[in-house]
Amino acid sequence: MGKDDFILKSEGVYKSYRMGATEVKVLKGVDLAVKKGEFLAIVGASGSGKSTLLHILGALDRPDKGVVKFEGRDLNRHSSSELNRFRNKMVGFVFQFYHLLDELSVLENVYLPAMASRSVVGWLVSRRWAKSRARQLLTQLGLHERANHKPYQLSGGERQRVAIGRALMNEPRLLLADEPTGNLDSATGNGIITIFEQLNKAGQTIVMVTHDERIAQKAGRIITLTDGKIA
Amino acid sequence: MYKIILAIRYLIKRRITYFAVLAVALCVFIVVVVMTVMTGLVSDFKQKNRDFVGDCIVGTESLVGFTYYKDFMTMMEETDFIEGVSPVIKSYALISRAGSQHCYGVEIMGLDPVRHSQATSFGQTLYYRKADAAKAFVPTYDPNLPGCVLGIDLALPRDSNSSYPYAVSPAEIGYSISCFPLTAKGALAKAGLGEINTQTFYFSDHSQSGLAREDSSLVYLPFEQAQLLCGMAGPLERANAVHIKFKPNLKLNAGCEKVASLWQMFKQQKAGEEQADLLDTVTVQSWKDYRRAFIAAMEKEQTMMTVMFAFVGITTVFIVFVVLYMIISHKSKDIGILKSVGVSNADIVELFSGFAFLIGFLGSGVGLSAGWLFLIRINRIEKWLFEHFDFQLWDRTIYAIGDIPNQVSPKVLVVIVISAIVACLAGALVPCWQAAKSKPIETLQVNQL
Repeated sequence: MGKDDFILKSEGVYKSYRMGATEVKVLKGVDLAVKKGEFLAIVGASGSGKSTLLHILGALDRPDKGVVKFEGRDLNRHSSSELNRFRNKMVGFVFQFYHLLDELSVLENVYLPAMASRSVVGWLVSRRWAKSRARQLLTQLGLHERANHKPYQLSGGERQRVAIGRALMNEPRLLLADEPTGNLDSATGNGIITIFEQLNKAGQTIVMVTHDERIAQKAGRIITLTDGKIA
Repeated sequence: MYKIILAIRYLIKRRITYFAVLAVALCVFIVVVVMTVMTGLVSDFKQKNRDFVGDCIVGTESLVGFTYYKDFMTMMEETDFIEGVSPVIKSYALISRAGSQHCYGVEIMGLDPVRHSQATSFGQTLYYRKADAAKAFVPTYDPNLPGCVLGIDLALPRDSNSSYPYAVSPAEIGYSISCFPLTAKGALAKAGLGEINTQTFYFSDHSQSGLAREDSSLVYLPFEQAQLLCGMAGPLERANAVHIKFKPNLKLNAGCEKVASLWQMFKQQKAGEEQADLLDTVTVQSWKDYRRAFIAAMEKEQTMMTVMFAFVGITTVFIVFVVLYMIISHKSKDIGILKSVGVSNADIVELFSGFAFLIGFLGSGVGLSAGWLFLIRINRIEKWLFEHFDFQLWDRTIYAIGDIPNQVSPKVLVVIVISAIVACLAGALVPCWQAAKSKPIETLQVNQL
């Protein structure tokens, strides 16, 4: 395997949190490599550090120690604005609780990342493209008729599909999903995983955190996080 | 673009923001109304003072007065920047209405009505002789009698509606006016000889200057008679002041400086002449300095009001702070979501500052409109309150004002709107900073939901 085949690598990642007077060590030296086009599932018990690792991989948080490299570049060396651009262009997040903005419509939630990266003028120039891309994604996700609805008018599965649409809006190289089926019933959860499988088949790299072994089985590779380390 | 959209949606969808807008609107409304009325009262009061005294006053506080005023007036009239010059006698007197035993103290002002109307707005303050100020001291009922003009509140007590019950023509009333004439050295001129000068004058008109103190204590007399009463007539005539009006194109300070320099020259010319020492007590003052004691009190009141409204502004800042703090606390999840899609801390600050700006802008818009609507009806409202509840904002028997000033000054409005928006932005400062500082992983955690 060539060096460039890895889109994401973590080397000796440590992370701890302070809870009152106690320091809780969550990650204790995580080494991980994700290949381009791979569908990786990270499993582990509750509190094993899965979500923390995912946040660090997506630059939502910084490790206390260790290196996270995206396409060979150390994220620790990125400036704040570079990290913002990284989160906007390179990764897409799907959260367990969907995390949609209640004030925006379904369509607006989907094209939010495109709006976020552009100035008012830039947005006015590219809004046709963005809206068309968002509508296309909603069609692919079976939500075409829900474009003008508000998130609270949707079911859990529909909301998660909107969140997937938002994550894919800027065609990110990496999709990070944190318990994407954790708040859904089995059938709806399977539907979401099916979407992930289809995306992966189309070449999308996906890293998914789940505590559900059955869901994890759908991924191409599974790693288990135990006590802050990869088992 | 999302910042504009979200700021507008937060404003529309969150009911608590209506309270913030309402709070700003109320503050702006109060400030607009009070500042407009206050500014109007102050500028009206200043204008009335200027109308009353002219542009510049060359005079002395001494009741003895000063000599050679005629020579100085001639010198002034030869210049090209003077529009009117009027000599004035000022003193105190005792007045009693004919047939009445009651006697009370008043101030007297001896003046030539034609000259004084050129230097001040004296002619415009008259009621019966407004069109012909030259006849101010000529009673309509008997032109041969010596007339006097009384301050309106001396002549005409207000009725139950706080209005003056003007008669069609002046009533024939005689007033006995007594003065204590003084020599050039300040001694009683008639010591041992009765000491006072008394003359009867007949009511010819009343003067409404709009200045409460003057309208309730001044009696205007013909210049020569007042000079005689005060012992200022004789070979070396004296006056207490010369009121001057400049030509319209001359600025006040420049005019006063010119007069002051002419006065210095004049004083030097008269040095060594008889009673020239009286010229040393004379000062040259602009109307603002001359009436400083009265204007300063009003300006102080205005300053105090401004300070009070600065506190109102602080309350607005606090209200906006509380509202934004609450909204941002509820919107921590949104902040996390936005950061997860690459929004920077500066963008978060801009988003919530924009939201605060909208609160300020809308609040000031509502407050300004309501204030403006209230102001254009303020006199009608006051009249209605007076008719139905006998309530007057300013008791007209005490305050010499006609209508409540309601001319909205665009400059004041701009300052108020900018202050309201700045207050909102100041109130948003801390919550915005906290929002920008928050870590997305903390706000997106399940236990935060």
